[in-house]
Formats: sequence, structure tokens, C-alpha cells
Amino acid sequence: MSAAYEAVIGLEVHVQLATRTKLFCGDLTEFGAPPNTHVCPVCLGLPGSLPVINAAAVRLALRASAGFECTIHPVSVFARKNYFYPDLPKGYQITQFERPIGTGGRVVSPDGEGGERAVRLRRIHMEEDAGKLIHDRVPGATAVDLNRAGTPLIEIVTEPDIVSPAHARAFLTRLKQTLAWLEVSDCDMEKGSLRVDANISIRRRVDAELGTKTELKNMNSFSNVERALTFEIERQTGLLGEGGSVTHQTLLWDTGRNQVRPMRSKEESHDYRYFPEPDLPPLVIDTATIAEATASLPELPAAREARFREQYGLPAYDAGVLTAARELSDYYEDVVGVGLDAKAVSNWVMTDVLGWLNEKQVAIGAFPIAASRLAELIELTGNDTLSSSLARRVFARMIETGERPATIVDQEGLSQVRDTDLLRAWVEAVVTEHPAEADRYRAGDPKLLAFFMGQIMKRSAGKADPRQATRLLRERLAAD
Amino acid sequence: MSDARRVDEAVAAGRFTRLCGAAIAVKDNICTLDLPTTCGSRILEGFRSPYEATVIRRIRQTGGLVAGKTNLDEFAMGSSTENSAWGPTRNPADSDRVPGGSSGGSAAAVAAGLVHAALGSDTGGSVRQPASFCGVVGVKPTYGRVSRYGLVAFGSSLDQIGTLTRNVMDAAILLEVIAGHDLFDSTSSRAALPDLVAECDRDLAGLTIGVPVEYFGEGLDPAVAALCERALARLETAGAKLREISLPHTRFAIPAYYLIAPAEASSNLARYDGVRYGNRPGSAGTAREVYERTRGAGFGAEVKRRIMLGTFALSAGYHDEYYGRAQRARARITAELRAAFADGIDAIFTPTTPAPAFRIGEKSDDPYAMYLSDVYTVTANLAGLPAASVPIGRAHGLPVGGQILGDLWRDDRVIRFSAALERALAAE
Repeated sequence: MSAAYEAVIGLEVHVQLATRTKLFCGDLTEFGAPPNTHVCPVCLGLPGSLPVINAAAVRLALRASAGFECTIHPVSVFARKNYFYPDLPKGYQITQFERPIGTGGRVVSPDGEGGERAVRLRRIHMEEDAGKLIHDRVPGATAVDLNRAGTPLIEIVTEPDIVSPAHARAFLTRLKQTLAWLEVSDCDMEKGSLRVDANISIRRRVDAELGTKTELKNMNSFSNVERALTFEIERQTGLLGEGGSVTHQTLLWDTGRNQVRPMRSKEESHDYRYFPEPDLPPLVIDTATIAEATASLPELPAAREARFREQYGLPAYDAGVLTAARELSDYYEDVVGVGLDAKAVSNWVMTDVLGWLNEKQVAIGAFPIAASRLAELIELTGNDTLSSSLARRVFARMIETGERPATIVDQEGLSQVRDTDLLRAWVEAVVTEHPAEADRYRAGDPKLLAFFMGQIMKRSAGKADPRQATRLLRERLAAD
Repeated sequence: MSDARRVDEAVAAGRFTRLCGAAIAVKDNICTLDLPTTCGSRILEGFRSPYEATVIRRIRQTGGLVAGKTNLDEFAMGSSTENSAWGPTRNPADSDRVPGGSSGGSAAAVAAGLVHAALGSDTGGSVRQPASFCGVVGVKPTYGRVSRYGLVAFGSSLDQIGTLTRNVMDAAILLEVIAGHDLFDSTSSRAALPDLVAECDRDLAGLTIGVPVEYFGEGLDPAVAALCERALARLETAGAKLREISLPHTRFAIPAYYLIAPAEASSNLARYDGVRYGNRPGSAGTAREVYERTRGAGFGAEVKRRIMLGTFALSAGYHDEYYGRAQRARARITAELRAAFADGIDAIFTPTTPAPAFRIGEKSDDPYAMYLSDVYTVTANLAGLPAASVPIGRAHGLPVGGQILGDLWRDDRVIRFSAALERALAAE
């Protein structure tokens, strides 16, 4: 982007709430069921059916609002958004319009340029999802699957506070991290649990007025959001640079072609004819419940990350990795316990634990080694019972067998040998076997010490206590 | 029939239930499992609901029998039961005349003695006006008193299921069966249900009835006015004090109603798109073409008129001027009525309709004249109040009803005044 222009970006994020059942009926929200199996008179929009609000969905919307510091409204009102579409059974979507559950609020995240920046939220409102159209199932026709119809969502709308595509991505990463942290949503973009639309305009840096915006849709990953915004900034800058103007329109991101295309005009410019939903009384939340939603919030990711740096003296990188997910950070803290070396534990968790989880593509909840057992293992390495390479063998055995590390060490005779006579015998043997190398060491080549240690480790199957062995080796080589 | 057999067995075993064997006709906009639910519309021709309305479940649980479904103006939009895809219903009192509407089939079935009682729905007078025209008792309970689950929506904030019966006691019994909180209707109330049957025997001593001047002015048939005068005199004799009151905002009721009800209807009827159920005349073309064909062929003229009216009232640029102003008028009308009750009025008496039943076809070409037959009844729906129509005699040889309005949740008062009026007139 030309230095004369700056981007102004706002996002609208739809998040599926992690409830077991739908927003207004008892059907399951389960993903991937055979089409039209999780449906009932209510979510099919059968004549005479009526919606009943799901209390669990309200609790999650409240928690999200509290987590993002929104003003939570004791009275919010559902409204009907009227439009015809085959995936919309009632011909209207029940949403919140003039009176959402939350307004204001903010999300602080990295700004993509090494600093931090707050993005103000305009509102958080509750609404139901539509069904899905399937174009490739019935030849020559479009099929409708209404399993998703009525699934609870919140829509999070930001103020136009986002300054760059990288910032948008960092914001979304923090948003998603927090929503998952609060167990509001599984945030799985592949299942459509989190969907992002963007509004973007550019203006000359000297201008106060906003430029004409376009709306970007169909970006199914954070990296696509970043790419689409980058593309659109370039496109708009080009238009203005040539003395042209930006047309207000909705654009679809085409991942394959790496470009945007305009949505057909038929698909936009609706008059939704909102009016209050007469089938639902206003949603009233008492002040005690609102206070409780804030009071019961767990420590949030940014706070925990800062605390990890301070309390454990961890580098920023470690603190960031360990607090990416709440369960992972809990696990880390459980391992550290009271006494262990925080950085040593961080290395274990980041390298060995996360390595295994990434390889298996599972979350920490599925990790087979309990935090207390991993702590025992790290303690064994700390008191020199185990060398680090043996410790990694024990770690692998722990994953396989679930045994305590001490048991594995005993069973497999892995503990370090500190018996001086045995160590001396190994030293004697390797020095005797390699007279030429011994001579070179004595002639002043210190690298040969490592060679001899390697030989000792080989002979001892890795069990020789390295510190004692080194001392004895030095003594032996100096003695001749 | 299996329901009837079960009731027979229960009776044979000496077990009696509340509605034990009573034959109840059901307006065809209330969902039943074993009979189609068409709302008098081609668009739902042959539609069978896979679930039944809460009121139907309650009737069957207390031994009542669903005797059949009754005709109505399409989607309950009308005041004559002429706007049905299945043809008009005639008034048993005079077969050249309409039975009123939209619950005309239910009122006619009760008046003709075909059933013990019937269910109707009342959005702007659709139970009370046909009750008046056919000479039966029609009760619209307080909004929220009876579950709407399974009542096909017309104007959701106004709709309420009501009863059509031969006398007030039957209404009290049937209401006690169908009323009460329902988890499936978020607008149904948890308020305790009064003992309505007991109210039927109470007298009016110490109670005051309000008589609003605005309901006795221009447009009221003098013969109907005379019957109202007589009814009021009987109420006074029965112990009630009469007090003249003024409800000046009543004049906004018809315009407000004919914006709010169509606005809600335009949204409620969007689901009839031919995608999931109902008639779909052909699947060729785009979704939009399917919608246009389905709705164009499926809906009758009056339904289309109200969808257009309601869509317009909610449109950008007109929303506040029409829907918004109508809601403000509704709030004023409600406040005015509540204030009257707060000021010592226990019930309000008015004519149910300006005139007795009109001839079939008489108002078919004049929707506005048709709309005016709801002039006395729509306020109860706008304010959510309970109201009844009780026969008060005949004018020009045709039945005429008087309307009793009560304060919110005072369905008991409506029943008490209705029963007392019925008793006082029967004594003649």
C-alpha cells in the first residue's frame, strides 16, 4: 500500500456457541450427521411451532460478552430479520437487532508490527444459524440440509479499529484463543464454527472521513482473511491512485484465484424489515447473573501470558506458546508445581509434549502422561539420576505404558551409574583401546575429551553419570 | 375414534374426566395429528401436521374428542368465513348470511348443535364476532393464558385461542382444560389460573361495569344499541354499578390493528414457500420462481392483500411511520384501558359488533367495510385483555352479542359478568 493511504478495517465474526442443543429447540447441534436428521417442527419452521430460548446459549453469550469487557444489557430483544432463502425455514432469522445482549467491549492483541493494540467492539448479539444448501448431491437440483438451522451463534462486530491485514489476523487469533479459552465455542473454522466477514476502506492519511467501504465474504481461514484484505487494499489503492473511486459492494474472496469477485447484486441489497420477535419475550438477565458472569471469568490468556513471564521468568516466546490454549497452560503449571525449574519444564512441554500432540493431531486433554508424572520425570533429570537422552527414552516408555518414571528407570536399569569402580573400569577400557587418541589429547587437543566420553556412553549404554565420568577420564588421561 | 373408545372404557370402569366424551370442533388453523390442518388455504391443501397443538393434547388428556376441523377465513384473515379456499360457511340462524369470522365454522358448528363446544382463534375478534353473529358464547382469554403452540400464526402478538360454546359454564370448563403455562410457548404465562367454573355462580354485588361512550356512537345499529341498553339494565339489576367512561384512543384501534396484524402476518406467512411442505406447483426454475409460483397460486386475495400491506408497513423508509406509529398507538390504547381498570372498573361492556350478521357476498368487494366489523373487538387484542361475547337477544331476527372486557389476567371477572348477564337475560 502506498504510504499516502491507510486501511480502515472492521470485522464481523460469527461464532457457533458450544451448546449441545439448538437455540430454540431441543435438536442436537452435532456436526456431520446425515442430512435432516437433527430437525423438529421448530427448526423446520412448521406451521404453529414456536421458539423457546436455550438457557445454555444465553450463558455462553454472557460469558463471551463478559470476557471481552462488553456492557451486558439486563434486557435484550430478539428480532426477526426477514428474507427468503431456501436454507431459511421460517422466511426470517431470529436475531438481535436494536437491543443486543452486549455492546462496547474490546480485544487487545498484537498489532502485527511488534506492538499491541486494542480493538473496540461495537456489539455482541445472539442469533440462529440457517441451514445448508447442497449443490452436488441431487443431479440437476439443489438439496437443503436443515441440521444446522437453529444452531446458536453470536455475532461479534468490531469498530473499524483494525489497521492492517496482519493486525486483522492477530486480532482474530486472540479472539479465537479467548473464545476457546472461555469454552464459548470450539472455533473450528472447517466446521463453520467461526466465520469472518470484513468491511474495508482506505483513506489518505491526512483525511478524517472514511472512504467508501467494500464488504469481503467467503474467507474460510485467518490466512485467507489476511490475503483477501491485502488484495483488496491494493485494489482500492490502485483505483484511487488512478483517480477512480471505490464502489460500495460485497465481494467474495476466491481462494483458488487469489482475488475477489463481486457478489451478484441479487444476493445483496435486502430490506430485512426487522421487527421485534413477538414469539419471544424480551430476554431479561438479572443483575446478579450479570455480575456472576464477570466474577466467574477465569484468568484470561493475555493476563496469564504476562504472569508466566513474571512469575516463572519465562521468555516471551515460551509464555506465548504455553498460553495458546488454556488446558496447555494449566498443564504447564501443574507440572511446574512448587519446585521444578520453570524453564526446564517449559522446554519439556514445548518440545516433547507439544511435539507428540502435533504429531498425533490431538489436544492436551488426550495426552497420556499426567502432569504429576511428567514432573517426576523432570525431577529425575534435575537430580542427575537420568541423563537427558535417557530421560527421553523414559518419556517415550511412559507414553506407551503409563508407568511411573522411577519404575521404568528401575525396570530397565536406566539410572545413572555413579559407582566409581565401574566408571573407572569403563574409563580404563576406552583409554586403553584408543592410545592414539589419548596421545593427541595429551598433545593439547581438548576435543578428544568428547570422543572419549562418547565411547564411555556407548560402553555404558548411556548410563554413566557424565559429570563423574568426565572427572575420572580427565584424571586418567593426566596420569600417564 | 380410538379416543372415543378409550373414553367409553373409562366410563364403563367408572372413571370420569373433565371433558369425558365431549365432542369438540377445532378451527382448522390448530394442528391436529389425525386430521389435515389447512388454514382454509390451498397452500396447505392436504397438509398433515406431524405434531399436535398443546390445547389439543390437553383436550384429549381430559377425555375430550376432536369431532372435526372447522372452516375459517384463510389463515384467519377475515370476518365472514367467505375467504376460505374450501368455500363459505353459512350462518345456522339464517343460511343466506355469513356466520362471521374468522372462526365462523366453529361458531356455526356450536350454534347448529353439531358439537358440544369448539375452539377458535381470536386475533382481532375472530372468536367473539362469529359468536355474536351465530348466537353463541365466545371467549378470548388474556394473551398468554392459553398456549399458542400448534396454533398457526397470523398476528403472533395478538393471536389467542378461544372457545365457542352454548353457554358460559361450558366456556369456563373448556378454558380450565386448555389454559395454563406451556414450556413450548414462551409467551404463555405462569400466572395461576382462577377457578372459572366457580365464577359462573357468583353475583355482581359491589362490582362496577364501565360503559365507554365511544362504543355506542355512529355506525351502531339502533336495534343492537337497544339490546345493549337492555343488557346493561339487567346487569344493574343483577347488582353491578354502571359507570360511563371514555376511551378516546379507541379510534386508533382499527388503523393500528390493520398495520400490526398484517406486519406480523407478512413475516409469519413467509414460511409457506413450497420448499418443505404444502403445495408446490412444480419445481422448475430458480428458487425465486418456485416461491412466486407457490405463493401466487397458494394464497387467496385477502391473504395477499395483507401480506402486501404488512410488508409495506415494515419497509425501510416507512417502518417508523406505519409499524412504529401503530405500536405507539397500541401502547396508548393499552394504557388507557389499564387506567380504566385501575380506576375502579371491574369490567367493560360494549356491543360485540356494530350490526348483526350480513348477507353472504354483501361486503366481499369492500375490504374496508369488512375491516370495520372488528371495530369493537380489536382493542382487546391490542391490549391483550380477556373478552367475551354473550348473546343478548335478536335484532332483525338475527342473534346479537354483547362484549365483556376484563383487565389483564382477570379472565375470572369476564366469566363472572358473562355468566351473570346470561342468567339475567334467561330469567326473562
